[in-house]
Amino acid sequence: MRLGLVIDLDTCVGCHACAVACKEWNTSGTTAPLTDYSPYGAEPSGVWFNRIRHYEIGEYPYNKTVNFPMSCMHCENAECVTVCPTGASYKRAEDGIVLVDQSKCMGCNYCSWACPYGARELDRVSGTMKKCTLCIDRIYDMEIPEEERQPACVLTCPAHARMFGDFDDPESAVGRAVRERGGYQLMPELNYDPSNHYLPPRVHAPIPTDGLRKKAAAKVKEWVNRVVER
Amino acid sequence: MHPALAVIFLTLFSGGGFGLMALVATVNDLQIDGGLNPLQTTVAVLLSLVFVTIGMLSSTAHLANPRNAWRAFTRWRTSWLAREGVFAVLFYPFAAAYLVWIYFTGAPSAPAGLVMASLAGVIGLITIFCQGMIYATLRTIRQWNTPLVPVNFYAMGLASGATVLALVRIALGGKAGFLAGTAMALIVAVAVLKGIYYFWIGKPSGPTIHTATGFNRFSVRLLDQGHTFGTFLTEEFGHRLPRERALGMKVVMYLLAVMIPLAALAIVVTDASSVAAAVAAVSVVAGIGVERWLFFVEAQHVVNLYHGRQRC
Repeated sequence: MRLGLVIDLDTCVGCHACAVACKEWNTSGTTAPLTDYSPYGAEPSGVWFNRIRHYEIGEYPYNKTVNFPMSCMHCENAECVTVCPTGASYKRAEDGIVLVDQSKCMGCNYCSWACPYGARELDRVSGTMKKCTLCIDRIYDMEIPEEERQPACVLTCPAHARMFGDFDDPESAVGRAVRERGGYQLMPELNYDPSNHYLPPRVHAPIPTDGLRKKAAAKVKEWVNRVVER
Repeated sequence: MHPALAVIFLTLFSGGGFGLMALVATVNDLQIDGGLNPLQTTVAVLLSLVFVTIGMLSSTAHLANPRNAWRAFTRWRTSWLAREGVFAVLFYPFAAAYLVWIYFTGAPSAPAGLVMASLAGVIGLITIFCQGMIYATLRTIRQWNTPLVPVNFYAMGLASGATVLALVRIALGGKAGFLAGTAMALIVAVAVLKGIYYFWIGKPSGPTIHTATGFNRFSVRLLDQGHTFGTFLTEEFGHRLPRERALGMKVVMYLLAVMIPLAALAIVVTDASSVAAAVAAVSVVAGIGVERWLFFVEAQHVVNLYHGRQRC
């Protein structure tokens, strides 16, 4: 098994709900807590497993906003595990999930240097490295209904932009999505072979904005707006 | 990269200490300039142990959870950091045994003593290689991901070791002409190798914001990094040095690590002045400290591509 996520960049609306759901679940999960530093202070900061960036791609008028959630990619060639001197970082043989044993970590930061995706963050309070567990405490929990045995970020996504599954199975939802939508890995040239894949935005014809004839109602509305003082 | 003093001191001092031990062993093995007398050998090996210990202690100061530091010796099969720890600890018994041998026999150049000294020297050299490889294996930082890094660590460890050894020899009343000459040659090697390194990292290469996001055919611009204030990632990896300032620091580095020590060692060769030898030793260590600081600040981790950089 090779568990991981597929992120649909076409439908992600950048609402940060996945990051918030992740933080809520995992702050009492297996590598809890996700410490916050001065959460109500002037410069709040803290540990997050999932961060969302926002990009503009292309030049106007052929530009587009792309929201870009990133968490641990659970790489096949997980250098973070190779470089770990204590054996705290490990990759599970049975499902490929990369985890940090909090009782063994000495907080040397070396694994975070080896990670190109910024998936690992040091918790200054516990002194240990923390990272996405793919909600290992949800996905194998036989006490909850089967459809809820998914990572918190996937369950919460209102745009259904996140999928969870087994990349070794070509007929799984994630395998099919990657095949049919041209799913890709980030920074493939570094050869980390990340499990998480990203689906590119679909290509749409640009919506024309210039040289349109205005409708009569719009003209009247414009005229009224000009005449009527607020 | 964040230039943490603890990590800078680790490679700066332990590199010099291992270089010093390797040179003590070489000088006594080959009886260069008649070899070192017992007092000179004792002081040099003690200094080497002090330097290595400063490095090791400051490296543990960098750990956020030092209670688990003992576990760092366990993953030597895969991790260069673990290998470094194993060899650094292995260095102590051999160097200490050599000291004990000299204390009881007063014969630093007797075969049994030389075996201990040589083993300590070789283990020290292996440790320097491991320290270089800690950085050189990281594909995420192109300024480090080059064989020039362990080569530079060797040149600088040996150059600072040779300068300190010349100081020890001359201060304790020995001939240091050959040692000072060796130190000068090693310092010239440092200047050349570091120059090649700076030329090498000056060329753009590696991942860009395009390969980081997968949008290879469009311009890509960060609109918002998704957090209001600093995170672990921006604090650890976000450091940058403006080009002019970097150039200025490199001039300072070359002045301290190359020019001043070379001039001082030239005086040592002609006048056998121990003051000049001390100036050379202090200056070379300070200069390599500046070099190590630059080594960190100039290293640009690819995660910065997700915080808006176009290339690293």
